[in-house]
Amino acid sequence: MTAAPPRPQTLGEKLPQALRETIIAALIAAGLAFPIIALGAEPDINNQLALQTRWSWVFTTILLAAGARFLAFTLETMRSRFVAAAGLLCAAFGLGTWYFAGVADPLLIGGTIVAGAAAIALGYFIDGDADVAPKKRTTVSAQDDTSTALAFIGIGVLVAFPLVMLFAFGEAGSLKWINNYGVQILIFVMLGWGLNIVIGLAGLLDLGYVAFYAVGAYTYALLATHFQLSFWICLPLAGIMAAFWGVLLGFPVLRLRGDYLAIVTLAFGEIIHLVLLNWVELTNGEAGILSIPRITFFGIPFTAEENGFAATFWLEFSPIHRTIFLFYLILALALVTNFATLRLRRLPIGRAWEALREDEIACRSLGINTTNTKLTAFALGAMFGGFAGSFFAVRQGFVNPNSFTFMESVWILAIVVLGGMGSQIGVALAAIVMVGGTELLRELDFLKQLFGPEFNPVQYRMLIFGLAMVLMMIWRPRGFIATRTPSIFLKKRKAVAADLVGEGHG
Amino acid sequence: MRWESQPLLHVEHLTMRFGGILAIDDLSFAAGRGDITALIGPNGAGKTTVFNCITGFYKPTEGRIAFARKGLASSADVAALTTTGKRHAHMPSGDIYLLERMPDFEISAKAGVARTFQNIRLFQGMTVLENLIVAQHNPLMQASGWTVLGLLGIGPYNKREREAVDKAKFWLDKINLLDRADDAAGELPYGDQRRLEIARAMCTDPVLLCLDEPAAGLNPRESADLNQLLRNLRDEHNTSVLLIEHDMSVVMQISDHVVVLDYGTKIADGTPEAIRNDPKVIAAYLGVADEEEAQAIVGGGA
Amino acid sequence: MIFDALFGARFLFKQERALGMEFFAQQMINGITLGSIYGLIAIGYTMVFGIIGMVNFAHGDVFMVSAFIALLLFLALTSVIGITWLVLAFIIVLLLAMFFTSVWSWTIERLAYRPLRGSFRLAPMISAIGMSIFLANFVQAVQGPRNKPIPPMFNETIAVTSGGAFDVTLAWKQIVIIAVTIILLTVFWYIVQKTPLGRAQRACEQDRKMAALLGIDVNRTISITFIMGAALAAVAGTLYLIQFGNVNFADGFIPGVKAFTAAVLGGIGSIPGAVIGGLLIGMIEVLWSAYVSSDYKNVAAFAILIVVLIFMPQGLLGKPEIEKV
Ligand SMILES: Nc1ncnc2c1ncn2[C@@H]1O[C@H](COP(=O)(O)OP(=O)(O)OP(=O)(O)O)[C@@H](O)[C@H]1O
Ligand SMILES: [Mg+2]
Repeated sequence: MTAAPPRPQTLGEKLPQALRETIIAALIAAGLAFPIIALGAEPDINNQLALQTRWSWVFTTILLAAGARFLAFTLETMRSRFVAAAGLLCAAFGLGTWYFAGVADPLLIGGTIVAGAAAIALGYFIDGDADVAPKKRTTVSAQDDTSTALAFIGIGVLVAFPLVMLFAFGEAGSLKWINNYGVQILIFVMLGWGLNIVIGLAGLLDLGYVAFYAVGAYTYALLATHFQLSFWICLPLAGIMAAFWGVLLGFPVLRLRGDYLAIVTLAFGEIIHLVLLNWVELTNGEAGILSIPRITFFGIPFTAEENGFAATFWLEFSPIHRTIFLFYLILALALVTNFATLRLRRLPIGRAWEALREDEIACRSLGINTTNTKLTAFALGAMFGGFAGSFFAVRQGFVNPNSFTFMESVWILAIVVLGGMGSQIGVALAAIVMVGGTELLRELDFLKQLFGPEFNPVQYRMLIFGLAMVLMMIWRPRGFIATRTPSIFLKKRKAVAADLVGEGHG
Repeated sequence: MRWESQPLLHVEHLTMRFGGILAIDDLSFAAGRGDITALIGPNGAGKTTVFNCITGFYKPTEGRIAFARKGLASSADVAALTTTGKRHAHMPSGDIYLLERMPDFEISAKAGVARTFQNIRLFQGMTVLENLIVAQHNPLMQASGWTVLGLLGIGPYNKREREAVDKAKFWLDKINLLDRADDAAGELPYGDQRRLEIARAMCTDPVLLCLDEPAAGLNPRESADLNQLLRNLRDEHNTSVLLIEHDMSVVMQISDHVVVLDYGTKIADGTPEAIRNDPKVIAAYLGVADEEEAQAIVGGGA
Repeated sequence: MIFDALFGARFLFKQERALGMEFFAQQMINGITLGSIYGLIAIGYTMVFGIIGMVNFAHGDVFMVSAFIALLLFLALTSVIGITWLVLAFIIVLLLAMFFTSVWSWTIERLAYRPLRGSFRLAPMISAIGMSIFLANFVQAVQGPRNKPIPPMFNETIAVTSGGAFDVTLAWKQIVIIAVTIILLTVFWYIVQKTPLGRAQRACEQDRKMAALLGIDVNRTISITFIMGAALAAVAGTLYLIQFGNVNFADGFIPGVKAFTAAVLGGIGSIPGAVIGGLLIGMIEVLWSAYVSSDYKNVAAFAILIVVLIFMPQGLLGKPEIEKV
């Protein structure tokens, strides 16, 4: 660590050291790339591995790493680095298309290279002194009215969403939007809000949240297939069951702190997953539970028959009715979660959760039973997970253990963290960005030009996700909405700056 | 002497060991109802550890801590309670609690012992007002029907919350922080944070308030205000105070009773006047070397 | 206590118990072999936790990457360069795998963890989870999703006992694994105990600020800790490859969790604890599979993790911690 120089160096002064750093970066990239990228091994017919070499990939890696290091070293501000890095990628894409895919379209290649170079130049142009003055930690006045108004507009948009889609894309075209985007995102919004109680409010890092989702899903699946109970009876039962498991798990683990709590909850989630996989008598193992009764419109099935939904309401039968109903169902569940959470924040229990996140010892010195407080957070978070799980089961019509892996927990965790722990709107935004973003990967057909026709961007979903988690932590560890809104005020509600807000013990 | 005639806290044969370290060694003292009792001693003497034992954060290795929320803790009653194995009981002489048997949060919630911390522990990311509302958790929890009624919007919760805000306003006014009620506790200046922590402890309606170095880091004016506040707590709010303090001028001015610790044992116990002239105390504070200088420190502010 | 919990369920025991002592001895040998591998990985967890108080979630995946590196290097050496003497190939692969894995680990620490030092507390943990996901999927992307088999090596066995109900055997690869583990642990122990580097490490563990004031380059010490952890993980990766004969991009997670369990069981922060924990976990796993049920062997590992964390979080050799108020 060197002390900051009194005067910003010019580019020329930095150049020798920048070149040295660039060369080091290139060497390290070579070390990283050498065996694992340079060599490939695929089993042949005799199941013997045959070695291939891929030097061009190694050179690409090295050049990108060196370029990135050079830019990072010579540019001072985040903004200019970002612009220049985009330029670098753009130019690399142009060159790569030409070299690897053999696309000799001069317009494409020339265009991307020129655009890339221009972006890099722009990066240097807009680069100024780094904003070194540390930000002041203070409370700022929150704009109450606009955020309430925004919330109402958001709800309005969501209510109108399936109908607008139906109108815009027709019955066949809108299915993708309502189902893949709408319902899928709302499930994760709901899970995010549920986990937000545990992590965002109470500050307990739970890496096994998916277990409660699984408990909810299997509760509905088993009750519906064995006892023919309807969804509306199973829904509360699934929630209660999940909450019960939340307490059962919570009781022994909640005196753990920090990373240990995270690890134990992870282990618990994995155990549930493994039990679902191995207890074949109950769960039917890997195959899962099939033909779970589908959702009905309060008893009226969504079928083409005479007593079906379409016939009852003088509509023409269409499968989209069920999807739209599911959309409104999960929307309602998510909104219930949201309003319950908002209300809880203004009750003593919610304040105790937040106080617990701020300082557990102080809580105990004020007579707060922290074990019970943590347990309620765990149980309520689990309950909402259970609701979401039973919705998942009724939507899919089947459940198997593969939907409830550790990765799913991480996915929900990432939504909560990216959203800004504790912020309801932030979590919703994060779910839209993350779930919607990965759905959008399906649409990136143009990349096939570069990587060949078998290239499927969806395969790289998790790779991008992992990288994004790291970058997010470096760049915005507190998420989209990092400020905290107080639960009560005397004269004026002022948001609390992120770095004052505690992060909990676990 | 009230700590003899009207004791509310009896610490008896308290011993606390951390691995090989004997932090407190067979310590006994009493604190009187309505007194400001000062616990003093050099750095590392074990003062904070005594607080942690009284407030249940550490389980003492040995010893008994009897506390009378009402009445007094007569030794016969305490002995009788100890043999029953219960944690607390209404005895003829008063409501007696055996603190070493109780979990930390119950000591505040039931026995009525509140505390502050040497390294301030406010809820930094919550506002000043929220800090004081959280302190009233238990009564509010009851008013919200253990959340169930509150969630449904029935019951007296809204009214009780307004009363809680009024109580918070009362204490904020007392510590001159009313106009910062909506700011985050973490952005208050140091001295204000110290006072806020005291106000927060007072919002639990304690019988005994334990303050761990409340004057540390305060300037002389703030320190004088603090003295005023502590006297006021004792005289107008019927709160007994147990105080750890290094600043001898504060100790000598406001305390009714001083207990001196060194290396985990009690070396002196008495009125401020008696302590000021105790050679053992002077020796403990500066080794035996320079008695005059030690005299100057210990006798400071008199 | 753990043994009681596991073996209280006697009614589950499979038929093999009839095979008696010999069978048990064989399982012990297998358990020690497996346990050596877990122990080597566990050291990486324990050292990083000791020095920066972080669970390096990606360590299991670093181990998986190292097994891939070893596999590719082995193929390159035998098929391209044409080294036929297995022992030589093995030694070269081991050393190179240690080197290249260290480069990975150093880079990960530098890019994903160091910028977060002093950031909010969950950040390194989440970054490490992200890194773990990235590594597994990166390897899947560049090496494909299928299992990668290598030809069996050091496969000849020695009969330790014969003539009884059950012949206890010791495969050469087991000897190699145990021997390499012992040699490397000795070297490593020497470095940690006797060199200035090890002293710097221990100083940083005790108090990072104070160490920095005393002129220790804390960043460098942390980097070296990551490198040492990775080098030992690479040894484990190479040995894993020899023992099991194939590797897959998803193979980082479960061994990673088991090694972490080992580190916790031994007392996190304690290096001998990590080795003992590794051996115990290896033996428990093998005995559990042999006598109880191999379906639930991973459940057993997770259950041990939970039980240890809840009931003896300081582990076997760790120091108990009293929460400071
Ligand atoms: N949790 C703990 N674990 C181990 N040792 C402890 C613990 N708490 C206190 N100690 C030790 O007990 C002794 C007394 O500490 P304590 O904090 O009670 O002193 P103190 O009188 O409050 O000092 P100061 O005036 O500096 O606040 C010290 O030697 C300290 O190191
Ligand atoms: Mg102290």
